[in-house]
Parts: sequence; structure tokens; C-alpha cells
Amino acid sequence: MDELLKLLKENARETPENLARMLNQSVEEIQRRIQDYEKRGVIRGYQAVVNRDALDSDLVTAVIEVKVTPEREGGFNHIAKRISKFEEVSSLYLMSGTFDLLLFVSGRDLKEVAWFVAEKLATIPGVLSTATHFMLKTYKADGVYMDVEDDVERLKVTP
Amino acid sequence: MMLSASKSPLDRVAAHVRDMPPSGIRDFFEIVSTMKDVISLGIGEPDFASPWKIRESAIYSLERGVTHYTSNLGLLSLRKAIAGYLGQTYQLDYNPADEILVTVGVSEGLDLALRAILEPGDEVIYHEPCYVSYNPLISFAHGVPVGVVTTAEDDFRLTREAVEAKITPKTKALLLNFPNNPTGAALGEKDLHALAALAVEHDLLVITDEIYAELTYEGTHTSIASLPGMKDRTLFLHGFSKAWAMTGLRLGYACGPKALVGAMMKIHQYSMLCAPITSQEAGLEALRNPADTIAGMKDEYRRRRNYITSCLEDMGLPCVFPRGAFYAFPRVAELGLSSKEFALKLLDEEKVAVVPGTAFGACGKGFVRCSYATSMDEIKEAMVRMARFVKRLA
Repeated sequence: MDELLKLLKENARETPENLARMLNQSVEEIQRRIQDYEKRGVIRGYQAVVNRDALDSDLVTAVIEVKVTPEREGGFNHIAKRISKFEEVSSLYLMSGTFDLLLFVSGRDLKEVAWFVAEKLATIPGVLSTATHFMLKTYKADGVYMDVEDDVERLKVTP
Repeated sequence: MMLSASKSPLDRVAAHVRDMPPSGIRDFFEIVSTMKDVISLGIGEPDFASPWKIRESAIYSLERGVTHYTSNLGLLSLRKAIAGYLGQTYQLDYNPADEILVTVGVSEGLDLALRAILEPGDEVIYHEPCYVSYNPLISFAHGVPVGVVTTAEDDFRLTREAVEAKITPKTKALLLNFPNNPTGAALGEKDLHALAALAVEHDLLVITDEIYAELTYEGTHTSIASLPGMKDRTLFLHGFSKAWAMTGLRLGYACGPKALVGAMMKIHQYSMLCAPITSQEAGLEALRNPADTIAGMKDEYRRRRNYITSCLEDMGLPCVFPRGAFYAFPRVAELGLSSKEFALKLLDEEKVAVVPGTAFGACGKGFVRCSYATSMDEIKEAMVRMARFVKRLA
């Protein structure tokens, strides 16, 4: 991955001025490149990494394995797109292995997610089976640790 | 029997140790360590912890009960890994059986080298500004340190002419450190070849501390030991501290001709026995896919270097563009303060610690060393504070 993208993935709020200094390029060049990434759809958005466990909320997330029947024309795409349109689904991946689609689904509570699976997901024509796993705690997400460890002390001046 | 008058404890200290001034960095450290909320650009070690896979393999070795002495030379498997790494990376060819000695950091390697080769009065030429231990270690080994000045005007190059002017019949060795702490200077191919030729002409031994070799941001690093005819007259010192972020694990190595490494091993076996085995186990892991292991940290240093030098320039503190290591060495003389005054005032008024250039030799006068081995967020804040400070002074 290109260095600018890597830096933005780590910290999307980094200013073009700082990025320019780090990468030894002009501010205009950095701005132009970011715009280009946005236009081409390489950058699809900017989000905060939120530690849900630190929030006072009962929001639950489930990871759901789904087996489906691919269609003669369009393969998995049609059904995958259809499932992805539910706003409960935050991520959806096509997988290799013993199941086909991997979904991340969030809901206000367990019941809501269970209802979504039973009423919406499982009833879609082409869905053969589902296996739902509820997430209990997040340790690390997208490369970010959720628990902050104490800094290890270094001597303040060393040769 | 006559009782002689009792000596004071200080009288019992050997004169050459007693008369050695303490490190210039030490008293500055004392001041900084009493202060709170200081952003320190004064630290000569990575801010990164050793990569997890390295720490994990050290832990695993402890779990297996690997806690014994190793061969005096170090684990053979580690020496083999070092030989392989040096061959692949720097085209150096050392036999793991008798040309590589695993040491407790480059510091021990250098101490051994000097003790192995110096007789009282032998001269060692080294270049300043430089790492704080060179001059004292030469003296402790009863040698005579002969400093060569390098200057910002000349990009802190070490030229053949400057070295040649200091050669006498007593000159035994030339001590090099590139990429350099504190200037970040690297040696160009031309200078490297000229210095090698000089060493051959005057039959000098070269001791080369290349601890920052991997942290070369412009071009690739060439070791003087790899130049034709140099292997037999070079002691190559390297280690894991900087590029692998393993400072506290104290692991280095010395490579050279069998007779010299053998002589160093003699001292090492009686004084140190071996480098800590846990560190050696960690070193083995460090040399598995070494380039991948250090790439992320190196990229981060490069970005910080770009950032810090660009900020220093904008605030009017010119700085020779550092080609390696993790230090910028800006000139502050134009602000009308000495290096030390600048550092103390900056610390007092803005709580940013930099190291006065004079800690690295008299010719560091008028400069300060800013380490960028600290997080980008801290560097950003330090640069804001420093710019404010410089503006007030101007």
C-alpha cells in the first residue's frame, strides 16, 4: 500500500500540512492525491475507531456465517448485495471454506439480532443456513488496541 | 610494623579513571529527570518496544528453561544467522566458527576491541562530534584519543585529508561511526574508498561502529569492511539495539579476522563469559526475515526525520539533512546562546529536552541534538514549542 494511504489508514485526521512534511511533498500535492483517491473510490470514507466497551450501551454485535446457493447468473453477488442492504449489517464478506458469507450484524440487544436472523436473513430465498456468534469483548479492531497499556518508562536523556 | 596512613576512598581510584570527567549528558539528565511533563528529544534509543515476535521468542526460551551459559563466542546458531545476514545485506563474509563474537551491545564490543589492540601510548583517531563513549573508552584502555573535527559546512563528512593530518607513528587505529550519532551523517562511497585507501597506506586497523547501518534513509549502506583489502584490517561492530529496538536487551557482535576476534574473546571470556542467553535467543528471532521486521520502524523514522528537519528549517534552525540514524543536529549558535544555555532555557521555558552539542565533543559547540526516536505526536508538540521559543529569542 502506498505510504500516504497507510498514514491515512492509521490516522485519517492527519492534516495535509503534516503529511506533506512527513512525506517530503508539497501540501498541494498531498491534497491532490487525497482527492484523487476519493474520486477513484480507493478511499471510501473516514471513521472514528470507537471502543464500544467503553460506552454505556447494550449494543451487541454478532458474527454470522451464512451458507447460500449461488445463482446461475451473478454467482454470489446478487444475494450478497441484497443482504448488505439491511442496515443491521455493518460488514459483509465472501469467504472461502465451509460457509460462503460472513456478516457483522449489530443490534440494540440479543433479541433484536436474533429476530433479524430468524425473520430477515434466514428467510431470504437462497440462504441455506446460518450460524450466529455473539461478540463478547473487543481487544483489537482494525489494528487499534482497545485497552491502553501504561507507558513503559524510558530514561529521559540517553547518549 | 608501621601503620601507613589510611588512603581516602577516592585515592584508591586509579588516576586515569578518577581524572575522567563524567559524561556531559549525565548532568543534563539529572536536571531533566527532576522535571515533569517534559517532551524529550534527548533520548538515544527507539521509542518502540522490541517487535512482539522477538519478545515472544525470548519468553518462549525462558519457558523452555533456556537459562544457561552459552559458548563464549555466543550461540553458534546465532553466529550463523549473523554471518548469513551480513553476507546478504552488506556483502560481508565472516566465518561463524571463529570470526564472529557475540557481545553485550556494541559498547562491549568496542571496549574489547580497544583493550585487545592498545598498548599504553597508542593513538586512536576518531571523529567528532561523536558518541560519548569513544574518547573515554580509548583512555580507559590506556590509549590516546585523537579527535578529528567534522563540520556542518562539510556535511559532517570525514575526509581522508582530515584523518591523514592526525596520523603519527603511534597511530594504531581509526575508529569510524557512520551513520553517525549525533549528526545523522553517512559516509559517501568516495570518502569511504579514500579512507580505506588511507588505512591501507598507513597500515591502520579500522574499527567501525555501524550500529545505525539499517537506519540509512538515502541510498544503501556500505560497510568499509566490505571494500577490497579491508576485511583483514577491520573490526566490524554491530548489534540489535537500534534498528530492531532492542537496546535494553544489550546484544551486539564483533566481526573481524580470527586473530583479532580471538584476542577479544579472551578478554570477553574472563570478564563477561557470554552475552545473556535470553537476548541471544531474541537475536535469533530478530534475524528471521530481518528486513520485514524493521521496515515499519524504519519508514516511521524516515517520516519523522522529514517532519523534524522541515520544521527546524522553517523556524530558522538550519540542519544538515540527516541521511541516517535518528538524530537531527541543528545549529543554534545564531540565537546568541551557547548549546548548553539554549538547551537549559528551552527546557525551562518550554519543557522540551534536547542535548547540547558539546556533549558529543567540543566541536559540537553551537549545535543541539534532537532525537526523533520519539512518537510523532510528541515531535509535533515539541516542534510547536521550539518554534515559539526560537521566535521569542530572535
